Amino acid sequence: MQETFNAVADIISETCNIDREKIRPESHTINDLGIDSLDFLDVTFAIDKRFGIKMPIEKWMQDINEGKGSVDDYFILNNLCSRIEELRAAKPA
Amino acid sequence: MRLEYFQLIDRVEAVDPTAGTIRASAQVPVQSTIFEGHFPGYPILPGVLMIESMAQTGGNLILVLENFARMPFLAQVEQAKLRRFVEPGTPLTITAKLVHLGSGYAVTQGRVESEAGLVAEAGIRFRTLPFPSEEMRQLMLDHARRLGLEPPMRA
Repeated sequence: MQETFNAVADIISETCNIDREKIRPESHTINDLGIDSLDFLDVTFAIDKRFGIKMPIEKWMQDINEGKGSVDDYFILNNLCSRIEELRAAKPA
Repeated sequence: MRLEYFQLIDRVEAVDPTAGTIRASAQVPVQSTIFEGHFPGYPILPGVLMIESMAQTGGNLILVLENFARMPFLAQVEQAKLRRFVEPGTPLTITAKLVHLGSGYAVTQGRVESEAGLVAEAGIRFRTLPFPSEEMRQLMLDHARRLGLEPPMRA
């Protein structure tokens, strides 16, 4: 988990020009880090590339809109990293 | 090219969904009101239109890959390089290669070439969204057919 968080935090820091030390596991990508949708697109692309996955952002947004999950479930970094690890684990060998 | 209508490719010559590649052709018009201002006495194709031609070519690739169910909207241009002037009447070949098809976005790499060589290149990123209206989707299907693509038939 720590490895995934470090990689994601490095990506966010570099992509969005945010001080690395401000990025914490409990940080909310939107509310705390102020990442807008275009920057989040860059972050998503970098994460997809880094881990060889396809983060289902649209499905997550749909779940949020349908009340099946909260924004925090997906966009607090700790939770985001858990989902990335699930996607990595589900990847075909 | 119909510059005044923002139609910057004339025909899709080849598309390979498996390889994630597309090749389009475009003939820069000999005359256009755009050349009256860009530039008086020295008409050349504006660089922003070269970038748009790469966006339209890559956009058509995304339309095919998404089976014309989602519309790609230009979101970002990366490391655009405009290497040569393009004069009226120049035939161009525009290609795009898929770099990544993500959830709600796509990344392509575009190139514009003339007989003289590489004209322009850029990374083009799109947001992909469901079509805002059925009317727009039908117009895009009609336009794709004119370009030589074979989208699903009208409902």
